[in-house]
Amino acid sequence: MSETVKKQIPIQEGLFTWPSDDPRLIASKCKNCGEIIFPAQSNCPNCCLEDVESILLSKRGKLWTWTVMGFYPKSPPYAGPDTPETFVPFGVGYIELPNEVRVESRLKENDPEKLKIGMEMELVIEKFREDEEGNDVMIYVFKPVEE
Amino acid sequence: MDVAIIGIGIHPFGRTEGVSGLDQGVYAAKQALKDAGLEWKDMQFAYGGSWAAGEADSIVKSMGLTGIQFINVANGCATGGSALFSGYTSIMSGAWDMGMVVGFDKHPRGAFAIDPKILGLGSWYGEIGLMLGPKYFSLKIQRYMHDYGITNDTLVKVSEKAFRNGVLNPNAWRRKALSYEDIANSAMIAHPLRQYMFCSPSEGAAAMVLCNSKVARNYTNKPIFLKAATVRTRHFGSFEIFTPSLPLERAPSPTVQASQDAYELAGVGPEDIDIAQVQDTEVGAEIMHLAENGLCKDGEQEALIQAGETEIGGKLPVNTDGGCLASGEPVGASGLRQVYEICLQLRGDAGKRQVPKKLKTGYTHVYGIPGVSSVTILAK
Repeated sequence: MSETVKKQIPIQEGLFTWPSDDPRLIASKCKNCGEIIFPAQSNCPNCCLEDVESILLSKRGKLWTWTVMGFYPKSPPYAGPDTPETFVPFGVGYIELPNEVRVESRLKENDPEKLKIGMEMELVIEKFREDEEGNDVMIYVFKPVEE
Repeated sequence: MDVAIIGIGIHPFGRTEGVSGLDQGVYAAKQALKDAGLEWKDMQFAYGGSWAAGEADSIVKSMGLTGIQFINVANGCATGGSALFSGYTSIMSGAWDMGMVVGFDKHPRGAFAIDPKILGLGSWYGEIGLMLGPKYFSLKIQRYMHDYGITNDTLVKVSEKAFRNGVLNPNAWRRKALSYEDIANSAMIAHPLRQYMFCSPSEGAAAMVLCNSKVARNYTNKPIFLKAATVRTRHFGSFEIFTPSLPLERAPSPTVQASQDAYELAGVGPEDIDIAQVQDTEVGAEIMHLAENGLCKDGEQEALIQAGETEIGGKLPVNTDGGCLASGEPVGASGLRQVYEICLQLRGDAGKRQVPKKLKTGYTHVYGIPGVSSVTILAK
């Protein structure tokens, strides 16, 4: 009897390195003006040229702004593993990666009392849901750094 | 040469069972024609928009098939402003002398559901729950409150004003005043914004008849002159809706550019504005947009609002018809609802909510997905 091996698949190829012991978000950096864009794209929306290189972003930064979403997102396009009945509020924020860029991300903290602008956050890759074949669909989130 | 608004029309906002968005658009268009003493066959051009209620140019089926130049406009919540801008340039260019702009919508209940792919974003962005309007507004106001000291109390007061003004507006959806406690204790939608701090998608329509100002007084003794109309989109680095990354150096929003260019076109400054309609998708947007439109400096909103200066009786009445909060947000119509209100106020016809001070110059501002802003400056 054969067994299918369960895989961990990034929700979108090219968003972050995976599988990896040190996963990073993948961005593009313009060779002309130096601006960084996430997700990576082939042209620079700042200077309009098409001369970019792929870079891996830092995985730690400070929380620049945040919110906690208190309602079940309209589905579609939402495709989470939860239902309106099992929904739990989720944090979202922008994390400022030093000298790089501010990235928008889901957060691994949903208590408004525990979220503060300026707090240290770090990147983790975790399972969001399962796909039809039973594989884990992986996403990037940022969690508070435990000091 | 100027552009004059000589007729205005509106269909009540909110929910009208059994009347399609198209028919609401027709209603507003017919009312605007009646207000101007004109007929559909007098219109040389039309611009119109709707996000969800059909192709705006389909109203010709009910208005009359005259072969008119009719172009549909789509700029998210800035559609109404973009349609008016299009009408303005049609006349300013000398191409036409007389035409109509119309906007209408009829949205289902609940939050807007938007497919990320229509904006060039990957479907993953929507799958993980980031394709939500309220999220952007809460992220933006959260940072703004941190940077400029705006308090939760001020958020609540902006909401109170909106519903209080809605009571005085027969065309508003929400016509019941809400107490401070009602608002401050309502469900948290997206921290720090609560349920009664947000507008909801709704239904409604508004329309205007525009003409070359040289002929305006043939039709009305209360023409309102469109001194400026602008549409601008985002620069790299501005904090817009549905933006997966931002550079460290922040750029001003498209509203700032649309606003500055409008003041320059009109030959006036913020100090000349007597009354304003600014996009109030939620209370934080009203607050931030006051500064983005040059009507105050960042942070001054706290003192202004606490002192009641944005009330109907204040120094700078803002959203006197109750805004998006009291009318809801029918995407195609809201920008024109704002202009309707300014025209009514400048004409002295706003009834119970007529601003008591002397009015000469008004201002409207809309902001829409994916980062587009439209401003008009109107004067007697």
